[in-house]
Amino acid sequence: MIKDEEKQTGTLTRRASMADYLSPQVRSIKPSGIRRFFDLASGRKDIITLGVGEPDFVTPWHVREASVYALEMGKTQYTSNAGTPELREEIGIYLKREFDVAYDPAKEVLVTVGGSEAIDLALRALISPGDEILVPEPCYISYSPITALSGGVPVGVETFAKDQFKLTAESLKASITPRSKVLILCYPSNPTGGIMTYEDWMPIAKVVEEHDLIVISDEIYAELTYGSKHVSFASLPGMKDRTILVSGFSKAFAMTGWRIGYACGHPELISAMLKIHQYTVMCASNMAQIAALEALRNGMDEKNRMVESYNQRRRLIVQGFRDIGLQCHEPQGAFYAFPSIAGLGVTSEEFATGLLNEHNVAAVPGDVFGLGGEGHLRCSYATSVTLITEAIDRIGQYVRKLKEN
Amino acid sequence: MNERKMQILELLKEDARRSADLIATMLDAPAAEVKQAIAEMEQDHVIVKYATVVNWSKVEDEKVTALIEVQITPERGRGFEGIAERIYLYPEVKSVYLMSGAYDLLVEVQGKTLKDVASFVSNKLSPIDAVLSTKTFFILKKYKQDGIIFEEREDDHRLLVSP
Repeated sequence: MIKDEEKQTGTLTRRASMADYLSPQVRSIKPSGIRRFFDLASGRKDIITLGVGEPDFVTPWHVREASVYALEMGKTQYTSNAGTPELREEIGIYLKREFDVAYDPAKEVLVTVGGSEAIDLALRALISPGDEILVPEPCYISYSPITALSGGVPVGVETFAKDQFKLTAESLKASITPRSKVLILCYPSNPTGGIMTYEDWMPIAKVVEEHDLIVISDEIYAELTYGSKHVSFASLPGMKDRTILVSGFSKAFAMTGWRIGYACGHPELISAMLKIHQYTVMCASNMAQIAALEALRNGMDEKNRMVESYNQRRRLIVQGFRDIGLQCHEPQGAFYAFPSIAGLGVTSEEFATGLLNEHNVAAVPGDVFGLGGEGHLRCSYATSVTLITEAIDRIGQYVRKLKEN
Repeated sequence: MNERKMQILELLKEDARRSADLIATMLDAPAAEVKQAIAEMEQDHVIVKYATVVNWSKVEDEKVTALIEVQITPERGRGFEGIAERIYLYPEVKSVYLMSGAYDLLVEVQGKTLKDVASFVSNKLSPIDAVLSTKTFFILKKYKQDGIIFEEREDDHRLLVSP
């Protein structure tokens, strides 16, 4: 690093290594624990993986075909920065119909490169250095690093298995300081499968109002709930203007690789995000937007079929874990089970590593998802019934062995 | 057909070896209810058979299959039933459909060789009095049958572990 006095005196010390060129923010970010597991697992044969955070369905053919046709028709240009008017319009109709929240497609909807970009844009648009960003954990791994990149301070709010990993007003309040600005919500939850009902949300909305917080609500798993329909935070009384709703096509329509997501919110917030978006990525991929439009217009039957299939496998994996003696709270959303492996005398990390090395089953140790994750294992049930059954069998053998020791 | 039975059929259609207990777990239904429903459907011949879908082109002594369009004169009082039965009772005949359009029955015939099938058509099928004409089409390759794709495809392109 160049020291300030050297700058002032005009002398220059050469940087010792390439790393010295990197910004302190980037250097402060730790590589994701998931990445480590990916490296451990990759290249190995005969692995059953419960570690995948995406659907096991290929994008329905009619959606793929719509994009193929668009290419044939030469739809290869930029679209308007905010996304094609047709897609924004359709997103508006969809959100009103399914989640009872109304947005003006012209000013309040922004199509992004996956939900991930929308989260990045929202945080960059909102954070001033030193602002505290409240993140209920265990949660998706990106929020804290992106917050740190913008100079924000992530503040974890632990959630617990005994509360079905729901966020409670008490623990939220306990984490609020005068510097708190943003609350990031991710329900249905990756990795816990926890959801929030209308009754669960109301006390949270009250705290948000009292403390004048802005909410980034990552509702990427909104379509994947089992039992009760997802309640969008933006649909709660008085919350729409305080909420940036983030969602996308990856999980509901099995479209992860297309990278199409969106953000909806107050026009001033969306236009600020659009400003960053237009300078950084210009627009989301044209042919992927066309595919997304087809998914919204004609993809609901296929989507329902996929959700039903996840639901069947959810019951199978939860029952499986309970049968082999692991406590497993009932996940009511997303496609993850989050069984407890506490009391076996090993950390999550050790458990997952041993499971991979000795039994060829990959799953993600809970500690990578932040506070409250230790002692759990994230297991995706977006895999075939046969493989789930086999994986449970192997995990059972491993658990029995650990218990004997 | 009630909804529960439909759900059970969907799951068995995907894999006939699934046990009643497994299906019960997947549907969050009592195992006894699932067992009962399956027994009923077997009884009622809704579930006809638990057969294996075979890709015969993988087997060394490959078989020859033809689809034959058959025009027939229906019988008074029995329509196509009697003649269809006379045809489908032959073991060489794998399936028979009554069709709308330019011909009446679509008959799937399987034999060891091309000659076998040709001989079946000329010696058994065509000589039936009610049969007016036949048109034989040999199947060159089977891509998909009953919703099952025969090509071996690597369908899981996902990374082993992802966020």
